[in-house]
Amino acid sequence: MITFMNNSDSEEEPCNERTSLMSAESPPVPSYQDGLQASEAGGAQAHRKRRTGGSRSPNNIADGDMSNSGVPVRETTSENEEEELTLKYGAKHVIMLFVPVTLCMIVVVATIKSVRFYTEKNGQLIYTPFSEDTPSVGQRLLNSVLNTIIMISVIVVMTVFLVLLYKYRCYKFIHGWLILSSLMLLFLFTYIYLGEVLKTYNVAMDYPTLFLVIWNFGAVGMICIHWKGPLQLQQAYLIMISALMALVFIKYLPEWSAWVILGAISIYDLMAVLCPKGPLRMLVETAQERNEPIFPALIYSSAMMWTVGMAKPDTAARGPTQQMQDAAEDGRDNHRSPLCTDSQRSEMRNPGPTRPITSFEEVEEEERGVKLGLGDFIFYSVLVGKAAATASGDWNTTLACFVAILIGLCLTLLLLAVFKKALPALPISITFGLVFYFSTDNLVRPFMDTLASHQLYI
Amino acid sequence: PALGLFLFTIARDPLRIIILIAGAFFWLVSLLLSSLIWFIAVKASDPRDEPLQKGLLIFGVMFSVLLQEAFRFLYYKLLRKAIEGLVALSEDGCSPISIQQMAYVAGVGFGLMSGAFSMINLLADSLGPGTVGIHGDSQLYFLTSAFMTMVLIFLHTFWGILFFHGCEHRRWWEIAAVVVMHLAVSGSTFCNPLYVGSLVPSYLLMAAAATWAYLLSGGSAQNLRRFLLCK
Repeated sequence: MITFMNNSDSEEEPCNERTSLMSAESPPVPSYQDGLQASEAGGAQAHRKRRTGGSRSPNNIADGDMSNSGVPVRETTSENEEEELTLKYGAKHVIMLFVPVTLCMIVVVATIKSVRFYTEKNGQLIYTPFSEDTPSVGQRLLNSVLNTIIMISVIVVMTVFLVLLYKYRCYKFIHGWLILSSLMLLFLFTYIYLGEVLKTYNVAMDYPTLFLVIWNFGAVGMICIHWKGPLQLQQAYLIMISALMALVFIKYLPEWSAWVILGAISIYDLMAVLCPKGPLRMLVETAQERNEPIFPALIYSSAMMWTVGMAKPDTAARGPTQQMQDAAEDGRDNHRSPLCTDSQRSEMRNPGPTRPITSFEEVEEEERGVKLGLGDFIFYSVLVGKAAATASGDWNTTLACFVAILIGLCLTLLLLAVFKKALPALPISITFGLVFYFSTDNLVRPFMDTLASHQLYI
Repeated sequence: PALGLFLFTIARDPLRIIILIAGAFFWLVSLLLSSLIWFIAVKASDPRDEPLQKGLLIFGVMFSVLLQEAFRFLYYKLLRKAIEGLVALSEDGCSPISIQQMAYVAGVGFGLMSGAFSMINLLADSLGPGTVGIHGDSQLYFLTSAFMTMVLIFLHTFWGILFFHGCEHRRWWEIAAVVVMHLAVSGSTFCNPLYVGSLVPSYLLMAAAATWAYLLSGGSAQNLRRFLLCK
């Protein structure tokens, strides 16, 4: 494809505007997400939390902390039963996460393969100012590393900013920010996406119809994500938003930078979640200290929208989480966990520090869901989308990356069950994905091509 | 057909899906390693020497088959451990999934992955413009590829069952038989494009493996008759 590194200014502008807003969104979201969600995802990284049914909330770090801080709880169920329940539902939770991740990836890959727009290079984000159109390999590498450093520092700054905001209780600001970002995402990006898809399939659509469609889509989306809505609709919206975001990243990140950024994000995720001074961790701890999971819920819901960049608001897991939350409402103390309260909050709009006594009387056996940050969705999709867009082995590479990411997700969930606290969901999956991408593209492809040309089967 | 198998038997139970994906992953890793070996061999040799390249390819294929079986064995070990874990965790002391089911699912996982890798680029290309066999190759390329892939997927499924059964009961000859069959099938593809030489034996082997696996899983001619007559 033709690489227009720097198009005319006008073209660059919209990108910048969009992306600048986005970038702003991203960093804060993750960190705050985490805090809010209590461990859900560490900023940009989704932390998987698996809530077990019943009083034990093993997976949430918040939960764990909560219990440690003497929050009442624990129902009479014995620990063993908890564990069994956890692991028994473990497979189900994994699948509950597999499905949305798979859907998101499918949407992204389908779009990449069919709509030409997302693989054309029309400029770059202002966050990646160094172009990769240089003649020498060393120069290109250097540029991509510099791009990565800039991007990561932007993210870190945003995350810290978000944590500070949260610490000093500037809730309104965060709330407004989230609403704004989700607004932009829902309307602007959808408009562009729809325009490109229609162009590809040569379908004409007049402006009034377009306006109507987008308005409805956006309005319902805003309500669904920030307020209440049917679970599946909410999940669908979150998936779509993640896919849109991933597509934007795929389009605007230059190649080598994208891979280096993916790697760096995993490392950052690991550090931010596990280091004691990491912003995400601080967020979680602050939320726990204040014992107000709910508040985050306010933001949480809006945050869900957040999706921009780094991840995180609960994604599809929201659905299950919410269910869980409702179920958990019946007097279990687990609600303390931010996870719980979050959902409840979003349902109840109750910013009080204690869990609202819900009137939901869900069946106790309601499944606990697992939460995965939206940022995780986005980066998984970016990986698979990039593989689909740039690999010459085409579908084999894409398939290999897909399986690798799913397996990474499985392993992360397993670790979650073992450690029972918030974990970054990015590192393992992204590492597997990257390893498989590069190895499949360079090693397996010639092998398979040769086999196929002789029609040999192994 | 493989997709049908997946939908009807595996998609219901989440545990099976996980085992399936893990099986696919193991196959992928084995493919990776074998292509690494082949790649190194090719790079180290003379690219202009045709027979040598062909020989290397054959060597690569055989090596890959052996690696696949080795990984199947590793996967079996992993699943054994997992079953023990599941049993320990379950409430009534027996695992929610039996080793035979696991064998079946693992076989399907292997098969699906190998089938996908063999077919998917073909399918993508078949959507585009072009004529099959314009350079004097067989015109039935797509058809035969499709059939071969299908038979391979089924074979992997049956081999999974046989292999695990052999490991369970320590019957080494069963395992050896699976390896030999796999080698035979791959070897028979060497006579492509003389399709008679490859498709027919493969189907015969598949029928044999199917009956063997069926008998091992506890079926019998009686069961079959009852099922067919819907009693």
